[in-house]
Formats: sequence, C-alpha cells, structure tokens
Amino acid sequence: MLLEVRDLHAGIDGKEILKGLNLQVKKGEVHAIMGPNGSGKSTLSKVLAGHPSYEVISGEVLFEGNNLLELEPDERAREGVFMAFQYPVEVPGVSNSQFLRLAYNQKAKHHGQDELDPLEFNDYLKEKAKVVEMSSEFFKRSVNEGFSGGEKKRNEILQMAVLEPKLAILDETDSGLDIDALRIVAEGVNTLRSSENAIILVTHYQRLLNYIQPDFVHVLAGGKIVKEGGKELAIELEEKGYDWVKGAAGSK
Amino acid sequence: MISTTTVKETQFTEQFRNLLKSETNDDLRRLREEAFAAFSLMGFPTVKNEDWKYTNVAPLLNSQWSATSGNDDAAVDQRFDQLKAFNFRRNGFTALNLAFADLKVVHIAKETSLAEPIELMFVADENTAIFPHVLVIAEAGSKATIVESYDSPGKSFTNSAIQVIVGDNANITHYRVQRDGIDAYNVGTTEVSLGRCSRYDSTNINLGSALSRHDIDLKFTAEGGEAFVDGLYMLNGSQHHDTHSIIDHQVPNCTSHQTYKGVLNDTSRGVFNGKVFVRENAHGTDAQQSNKNLLLSDNARVDTKPQLEIFNDDVKCAHGATVGQLEEEELFYLLTRGLPMTLAKNLLTYGFAEEVINKIGIESIKSELDAAVLNRLGAEI
Repeated sequence: MLLEVRDLHAGIDGKEILKGLNLQVKKGEVHAIMGPNGSGKSTLSKVLAGHPSYEVISGEVLFEGNNLLELEPDERAREGVFMAFQYPVEVPGVSNSQFLRLAYNQKAKHHGQDELDPLEFNDYLKEKAKVVEMSSEFFKRSVNEGFSGGEKKRNEILQMAVLEPKLAILDETDSGLDIDALRIVAEGVNTLRSSENAIILVTHYQRLLNYIQPDFVHVLAGGKIVKEGGKELAIELEEKGYDWVKGAAGSK
Repeated sequence: MISTTTVKETQFTEQFRNLLKSETNDDLRRLREEAFAAFSLMGFPTVKNEDWKYTNVAPLLNSQWSATSGNDDAAVDQRFDQLKAFNFRRNGFTALNLAFADLKVVHIAKETSLAEPIELMFVADENTAIFPHVLVIAEAGSKATIVESYDSPGKSFTNSAIQVIVGDNANITHYRVQRDGIDAYNVGTTEVSLGRCSRYDSTNINLGSALSRHDIDLKFTAEGGEAFVDGLYMLNGSQHHDTHSIIDHQVPNCTSHQTYKGVLNDTSRGVFNGKVFVRENAHGTDAQQSNKNLLLSDNARVDTKPQLEIFNDDVKCAHGATVGQLEEEELFYLLTRGLPMTLAKNLLTYGFAEEVINKIGIESIKSELDAAVLNRLGAEI
C-alpha cells in the first residue's frame, strides 16, 4: 500500500473539517476525490502535504507503511509526496531553473543519487518540459511571477515531472483553466502516470476526468467519503449534482 | 577643561593645519578653510538633530583617526564653481569631507559614449580616515556608467562625497557598492543634478560597515529628466545603515522612481528616510517611491519614513513602505518541493534582494553582488 489514511480527523483554527476519512491508494492507481465546496477536499490535500496551519486531531496517515504525519513538509517531499497547488505561489527574484535544480538536488542527495550541475540540469529540464509543452523561455523567468493561470498550472506539472514523486496530489488543478491549458495539463499528467506512482486528483468538476481517467472515484461530503466507485460515478455525479450525495452524508 | 565632544572634533584640527601647509592652490585653500570652520562650528551631528535621530555616530567618534588626504586634481581648477556648489554645510561630515577633500574630476566629453565603466574604488587602511570627493561632469549627450565601490577591510572611517552633473540629454548609470569590513564606518553623500531630457539611473548597495550612512540629494534642473534611485541594504549582526534621500522636482515634466529594499537580520538596524518634493511649478511630475523591508529576526529593527511633499495638483505620485517577515505560504510552497527550511528561507530572502540586483546591467558586477548576497546569507544556492 502506498498511502493509507485511517479515520482521519483534521481541521483548521479549531474547526474540525475532516471527520473520519479513510482512503487507500496503491501504486499505479489514479484516484479522484470529488466533492462540493466546503466538503474538505482542500483540507485533505493540505494535511497530506503538511501545511502548518492545519491540525490533525486524530487518525493515521501511512506512506509506504511509515507515519507520514510526523514528517515535516520538506521531508515528505523528499520521500516522494508532491502536491500541485490550486494557487501556485510566486517567488520573485528566483528563476524557475534555479529553483527546480535546488529541489531536484535536495531529493537526489536524500536518495544518495548524483546531484546535477546547472548544465546537466538544463538538459534534463528541457526533456521534462516537453511533457507540458513549455519552452525554455520559462526557465529563466522568476518562479510563477507574471505567469498566466494556465502557465502556473503547467509549471506545477513540470515540477512534478522533474521531481518524479511516488504520490502526486493535484489540488483543483483544473480550476481556472481554459480548454487548451486543461488539455496540455491533462496530457502531461497522463504521460507521467505509471505503474510506479499514484495520483490523487482533487476536483469539484467532472470535466478533468474526461481527460484523465481515474481508476476510483471517491465523493467527499461533510468531511467523510460518502460514496465510492469507478469512473462512471463521476458521470453520474455530473448528471445528478452534489445534492444527490449530500443526503447520503447524513444517512451514512 | 575640554568637554569630550570637543576632543572628538579637535582630533582633526592639527591634521587639518598640516594639510593646509601643502595646499598650493589659493582658491582651494580658502574653500577648505571655510569648510573646516563650518565643521568646527557644527561638530558631528547628534541624535538631537532630526535628520540623525536614529543614527548615533558616537562609536565612530570615540576612535582616533589618522587623516590621509588632501590631494588635488589639477582639473579641479576649471571646475571650481561646481566644487563650490557642494552643500558642505549640510552637516559636520560634509563640511569635514570638503576640508580634507581628496579631489578627483571625471569628465565625460560632449556626445561621447563610453563603452567601459568608470571605476572609482576606495579602500582605507586600518585606523585611517579617507575623504574622497569626486566631481563627475557628464557633458550634453554623453553616456557612461560609473562604478563607485568601497572596500575597506579593517577598522577605518570613510567620509566620501560625489557630485554628479548630468548634462542635457546625457545618460548616466551609477552603481554605488559599499562592502566595507564589519568594523568600518562609512558616511557618504551623493549630489546629483539633472539637465534637460537627461537620465540618471542609480543602484546603491549597502552590505558592509558597522555603521553606514548614505545621503542622496537629487535635483531636476530642467524639463524631461528621468531618474532611478534604487537601493538595497542587507544587514547582519549589529550593523546599522541609514539612507536619507531627497528627490527634488523643481521643474515640470520629470519622472523619478525609487525602490529601496532592506533585509535585516540579528540585531541590525536600518533607517530609510526618503523625501520627494514636487514644487509649485512642477506640473506633469511622475514620482514613485517605495521602501520594502524584510525582518529576519525579532530583534532587528527598521525605521522607515517615505515622505511626499506636493505643491502642484497636476502630478502623478505614489509612495509606500512595508515592513514584513517571510510569507508563510511562500515558505510552505518551497518546503513542499523538498527544500529544507533554512534553504527555503534563504532562497526567499535572496529573491527579495535579487529584485534590486537583477536590474544591474553589467554582468560581472551583478554576479559579484549575487555571490555577496549569498555569502551574506551563508547559503549555497
């Protein structure tokens, strides 16, 4: 088992948002977590990535059998957990290639692999950038600064390509994307999808799932998973709307 | 009975008498005497003086300094009026500078474009005081880059002044880099006047010294001028830096931009005081000013005071100051990419400072400052 979430209760500012969440993810799987606003989707992503503002009240999260919650966010990243942000942060003054090389080398060092010098890394980066159709023009620019919404999301997927995580959590990656950007991002994710990694797609809309086919769909409402199924569940959800499952939240 | 204050100032009296003996130029001797008289009258500024409220120069005055100075540049003769225009009565430091002035004239001929930068480097020996005074005259239509750098390794006292006269349609880029050692004292004044449709672009980097102060006094004297007065101070330990600037829009249709950034760690202290004047007839003025500070320690402190004084309605002006810490969301973002906390903090700090460094057009200076910023952070990036 790559990721195992057991009866997770978590929240922010003293307010409990996740109220007993369970989830199991194996290598090679793509899971979609869907839910209406306020269902706890973002909280789950942030708790898994280790955001300091979120507090775990009880429950367990195991990553490759080890307690993920006791690791700092950077340790989780080096172990292979990646989160693509809904709102990627701008880092003025630091170039994309500089930033990516630092991140790559931190991980390489942790795993006893060779670090890359700027020239070697540039070749590696050029290869990876093809995944999201990014030109080398973006390497010199400051991280996300002045990027359009679509460019920021593509940059997130580029980071995923560079860091090759075992588990990638894509937090509302489809939000704010036009159809072309959505296609590029989705194709990038499909290229990176393999039997060696797993992907969790956190999304409000079914739209993204037309491009990235999930193996499992989980519907989150009121801080719990209220319905689970295959990719057909997403289509059913799109037709019937979230009110359909909100009723289930109470009865479960 | 002599009060201690007097002793601090009188240490220069004997040295000044010796200097006068070797001054052969009568005009210059009179000017030096006048300046020294002003110094004797004013003494060094104290914190009771509004302009020096946050900068106590007492530590610098408690030492004995051996003045090394008094050289004349023969070219000064033709530029005497411009030298005389220096406002030496500004304070005790400027008066002392002119009295001991080590003079140098940089002349950029009309319609001349210099490919190589003009380098002015000042290094004071241990326990000495130096008084560089440079007159830069950029004639009409000329173009040049000036690199003014301070690099005194030990305990020393630099008291400098530079007067830059930018002629009509001239274009001057001015880098001032202060990287003195941690026991040095550095006080400097930059006076700039801009002619018609001229351009002056300055970047002032302050990394060194126990105590440093930089006064910038810039005037637009004819229409159509554009000035950039940008800077960075990056302080560690108990370093203290103070920038006081005056940008004076005396005439219509001139543009000024000022971006100053501060990075303060440990118990360091920064002061930024930026005045922008828009005079009554200066319609069509566009003046932007900002001062942003990053405090890396709870014990660091900055006093910032951007001031706009506008006496004309037909102007576009904006100013602001911020004092903050590293953004938690930015840090979290870097952590989730596997950067350890220290490296993440250093990278964000570096990025903050780089915004000023990145505008530097000479690659060698830029990469040297890049390295200096990283060295200051103790980081490998």
